Amino acid sequence: MAGIDVQGLSTVYPNGVRAVDGLDLEIADGEFFALLGPSGCGKTTLLRTIAGLEQASSGAVVIGGEDVTGVDPGKRKVAMVFQDYALFPHMTVAENIGYPLRVRGESKARQREVAEETSGGLSLAGLLDRRPGQLSGGQQQRVALARAIAMDAGVLLLDEPLSNLDARLRLEARTFLKRLQRELGLTTVFVTHDQAEALALADRIAVMESGKIRQLGSPREVFQRPANTFVANFIGSTPMNLLDAVVREGFVEVAGTRLTLPSGISLADGTPVTAGIRPEYLNAGSGDGITGVVSTVENLGVSSLVTIECPGDALVGLTVPEQHEPEIGATLTATPEAGRLLVFDEAGLLLGAAKVAI
Amino acid sequence: MSPLMMVRRIGFYVVIAVLMAFFAVPMLWLASAPFDSKPGLGLRWPDWTLDNVKTTFEHPYALASLWNSLVICVVATAITATFAALAAYALSRVRIPGRDLMLYVLLLLSSVVTGTAAMVPIFVMMFQLGLINSQFGTALVIAGGMLPAAIFILKDFVDSVPRSYEESARVFGASPFQVLTHVVLPVARPGIATILVWAFVNAWGNFLLPFLLIREVGKQPGAVLLRTLQDEGGSANLTVIPVFSLLYSIPVVVLYVLVNKRYGFRFHGGIKS
Repeated sequence: MAGIDVQGLSTVYPNGVRAVDGLDLEIADGEFFALLGPSGCGKTTLLRTIAGLEQASSGAVVIGGEDVTGVDPGKRKVAMVFQDYALFPHMTVAENIGYPLRVRGESKARQREVAEETSGGLSLAGLLDRRPGQLSGGQQQRVALARAIAMDAGVLLLDEPLSNLDARLRLEARTFLKRLQRELGLTTVFVTHDQAEALALADRIAVMESGKIRQLGSPREVFQRPANTFVANFIGSTPMNLLDAVVREGFVEVAGTRLTLPSGISLADGTPVTAGIRPEYLNAGSGDGITGVVSTVENLGVSSLVTIECPGDALVGLTVPEQHEPEIGATLTATPEAGRLLVFDEAGLLLGAAKVAI
Repeated sequence: MSPLMMVRRIGFYVVIAVLMAFFAVPMLWLASAPFDSKPGLGLRWPDWTLDNVKTTFEHPYALASLWNSLVICVVATAITATFAALAAYALSRVRIPGRDLMLYVLLLLSSVVTGTAAMVPIFVMMFQLGLINSQFGTALVIAGGMLPAAIFILKDFVDSVPRSYEESARVFGASPFQVLTHVVLPVARPGIATILVWAFVNAWGNFLLPFLLIREVGKQPGAVLLRTLQDEGGSANLTVIPVFSLLYSIPVVVLYVLVNKRYGFRFHGGIKS
């Protein structure tokens, strides 16, 4: 078991791209940690630098209290599952799983034994003598996991673990992965561009953009109180409403209405801000709220995403429960739930406390 | 079917039959002439005998030359496959500026390097190195000529092997040598098999270089000896040539069948943009 400590880490590619830019990060022992961000944000490079597949340009990587910055990948006691699983096509499932032991020079019998032990918990028992090409995507992923587990390393790194599975299997695999991680208690870091995956799996999430961490926190913190407009935009399956607003007499003037400023924030009159609120936290109904004309209704299954056009050409999205969809062209008032309105300053940073009470 | 179409179809098959016969006749000759009591250049139903085989086996140079061919081929093929595999792996994995241009130039030059244009310089060079009449030296030159194309084909093949295989092995603690022997070579095996067969067949049929560099009859390979199989009068020795030709063709056919059975010919060469 081992925690990971990343100190001032930068990884610069030969073409001058700073994929990871002076990053500090501490991952606790046994934690399930997500690196989340859009493609090209450096999350995979960071993972590969932790694994030792990329050379750190500056800074240090400490695993289990040991500085491994210049150490070969194989000597870091880090197991990794690649996005394409990288199962060796010429070896059977058992040989693949036993491979970390073969490298260490353990006997064939011992390799087989470990392969059988490991595969049992991953429902691969009957497949040990098949080749990877004969397995389904989900089975291949479990073989890759089994191989990583067989290495008996303190740290498990997963590069986009669910992206190669089809949509339905992905949900199953997600549940499975979460249970597996809890049972093994391995420090696990995974990379994903899918915010739902990160929210569902991780104990803590680092949201990255252009080589830097934009917010670090629990899924709840990241979802409810995004530290800046980038994170606010990125997290959530329906995009957060981010509206230009102005502070007036202790209120936020947005889309033709005045909403109460969140407590603990006092700003001078006329300060331009961005008001943010998730569609899930807006209720259709009467009362104080943003009023507009319904322009589109998108069915999300159990609810619908309604977009209303408000004064000043602002588009505001809100979700309504099924059977309560408004007619297009109708006038609707969207009322924010108490305490859910977020206010960002001109630089896009959240005003008020960043932490949430859980 | 209309008469016109019928005529068309008949015409088509006649043309095909003539074309097929053109290729089939030498093959049939190779099957019948060695066992004919009076082999000629024409094709006929043989008057069965094994005398020609006996004569060929008693020929002072015939069997020895096939052995020479084998030695030269095995050496040239081994050198080509080994160096091409290593070079292709390196060129595929390491980024060098101008790499692709270098590969194309090499490929272009390779046809010149061992082609007729370079006959004299090669002879002079080998003479000064004291490698005239050396089978090893000849194999070396043949391998040199085949390497660029072999590297080109294999590099394309190695390009198609995902890097994550090697990275995965490295993370599990494999040394570079282990990565090579456990992962890269087995995965690249069909490509290497292709190169092995291609190189062997090329070297086996190479006439110009051994003709140039091996002056001693006892050391000449089959391809060169075949030219000297004639009687005192200077006409072709038709008792020995048919049997010799048959023997000469066997290794290539056997190799093809073996490799095809084991791997199938998955040809991965070609040019990628």
